[in-house]
Amino acid sequence: MSAANTSAGTAVKAPAAPGPASAQAPAPAPVRAARRPGRSKLGWNLLGLLVVLTAGFPVYWMVNTAFKPAKDAIDPDPHFFPSAFTLENFERALDIADFWGPVLRSLVVSLVVVVIGIAVGLLAALAISRFAFRGRKIVIVGILAVQMVPLVAMIIPVFLLLNDLGQYDKLSGLIITYLTFILPFTVWTLRGFIVNIPKELEEAAQVDGCTRTGAFIRVVFPLLAPGMVATSVYGFIQAWNEYLYALMLMSQQNQTATVWLGNFITKNGTEYAPMMAGSTMMAVPIVILFLLVQRKMAAGLTAGAVKG
Amino acid sequence: MSAADTTTAKVPPARQSPPPGPAAGTPGKPGKKSNGGAGIPWLLLAPCLTVLLLVLGYPLVRLVTLSFQKFGQPQLWGFQEAESAGLDNFTKILGDAEFWAVVLRTVLFAAGAVVVTMVLGMLIALLLQRVSGWVKALINIVLVASWGMPIIVATAIFKWLFDADYGVLNWLLSKLPGVDMIGHNWFASGPQGLAVIMLLVVWGAVPFVVITLSAGLTQVPKELEEAARLDGAGAWGVFRFVTLPVLKPIIVMLTTLSVIWDMGVFPQVYVMRNGHPEPEFQLLTTYSFDRAFVVNDYGTGSAIALVTVVLLLGVVAVYMRQMLKIGDVE
Repeated sequence: MSAANTSAGTAVKAPAAPGPASAQAPAPAPVRAARRPGRSKLGWNLLGLLVVLTAGFPVYWMVNTAFKPAKDAIDPDPHFFPSAFTLENFERALDIADFWGPVLRSLVVSLVVVVIGIAVGLLAALAISRFAFRGRKIVIVGILAVQMVPLVAMIIPVFLLLNDLGQYDKLSGLIITYLTFILPFTVWTLRGFIVNIPKELEEAAQVDGCTRTGAFIRVVFPLLAPGMVATSVYGFIQAWNEYLYALMLMSQQNQTATVWLGNFITKNGTEYAPMMAGSTMMAVPIVILFLLVQRKMAAGLTAGAVKG
Repeated sequence: MSAADTTTAKVPPARQSPPPGPAAGTPGKPGKKSNGGAGIPWLLLAPCLTVLLLVLGYPLVRLVTLSFQKFGQPQLWGFQEAESAGLDNFTKILGDAEFWAVVLRTVLFAAGAVVVTMVLGMLIALLLQRVSGWVKALINIVLVASWGMPIIVATAIFKWLFDADYGVLNWLLSKLPGVDMIGHNWFASGPQGLAVIMLLVVWGAVPFVVITLSAGLTQVPKELEEAARLDGAGAWGVFRFVTLPVLKPIIVMLTTLSVIWDMGVFPQVYVMRNGHPEPEFQLLTTYSFDRAFVVNDYGTGSAIALVTVVLLLGVVAVYMRQMLKIGDVE
């Protein structure tokens, strides 16, 4: 409340100030606008480029190391620009341990999680956004609260649970575990998308003779599709990137892609060039996917507390 | 579209007017649609709630019971029944100086990471408003790339950047006059190593903060800033008395989320220390993991995890209150 008050307070003050000065008010603005682009923008731009260099350097260095000969990578004088181009680091990374097996397992897990998550999540999102019922608010608060449970803290009981159920080292066990952090987030984001679709559209369809389900399938569903795609892609990335549960719930023979890379780091940690090649293979597809959906997801994320 | 809408909802509405985004369809809803029958919504919710109860609700209960039990290897393999240990696990950890050192380290680590993330995020978001279009586009691309990086990949990269012998950072620092860092091992001491890990966490966390704050900054009314300037406020004054109050709900939300994420840092430490974090690198997460899966004392591990959850409850409460206040949860 206090934030609203403060801004309201300033708002009250605001009209008073320009009142008497309104005649001159337009004058100073253009002058300042005209002066600014010349000198001070250059300074800001330089600062901005510094941010780009600092924040982008790790990514650049990964790609740079991945494509240069391994002996160049351990040259005491680092080469900032590639002088020779090679793919041998990628070959070495693929040689060290089975790469495609873990990638395939990660793909299966992530895709199944997303499909189930979207289907189950959509039903739940519809329930909390299009129906009024007793306990609705409790469900919403519950789903929000569930996202706040630190997953790291849950690893011990989840491990024991899957152990008891005979689901240790099974992809199905991992899938069901991942659902618990994909689902709340999916429900919450889809709810946001559904709420933004005017109910009048559905009602109009119903007036024209559609059933409620028919109205949903023909009217809401097409409008919801882009949101569902974005949510799916984001869920996919989350499942793909998960490390701790994949590490604990799967044995060495059934490791997923992130654990493959984690093992690479912990066991062959000194072979930096192949390690960067492996990292590049893991990261590039994910970053591209991420670039595609981030615009749509940035907002949903504030509510959906899923990362890390 | 969603970005704009949801952020609008996050900025406090000027008066009691409901936030335009989610609330648009909601005010009339509860009354109107009640003809659908009370059973349908629960039917729709059933699969979701079942999964959550089974794999989140049950383990949560189990976590609590475990922390009051003696549970080791024999119990894991079923040779022995788990027996109640009363408060033993808790008295053991609470009386352990190492545990308190870990708690302090975790709190300092998380606090440092959150503060640096928020300050840097705010500065970059403000900077984004002042640079030319092409610089803005460049910054955005870089931010999204580092945001989307899988944590394990980011950890691998930082390990390489900070390598003692061939790391590019030591080489760059040695270029400074009078500095010789070649061969400097960043992970020889806990504080320095954790500072590197904090940098890694911050690098991954800043983009989300910047993108959300930038969206929020577009909601700050230009007239208010102009009025404050006419009233004689400097750049700092405008920021302190206009921008900051308008952004406060977003900042509270981002800070609480960051606290939760940064208290839960695990893979970064675990992988950076090759799967065996040294005592001076242990955070609550790795410490609990260590107790359970390395020492095979699942009871104590759970007790530590439970303490972590309890520590976070306060932060979660602030977050939930904020969500309820801004009316996103109507």
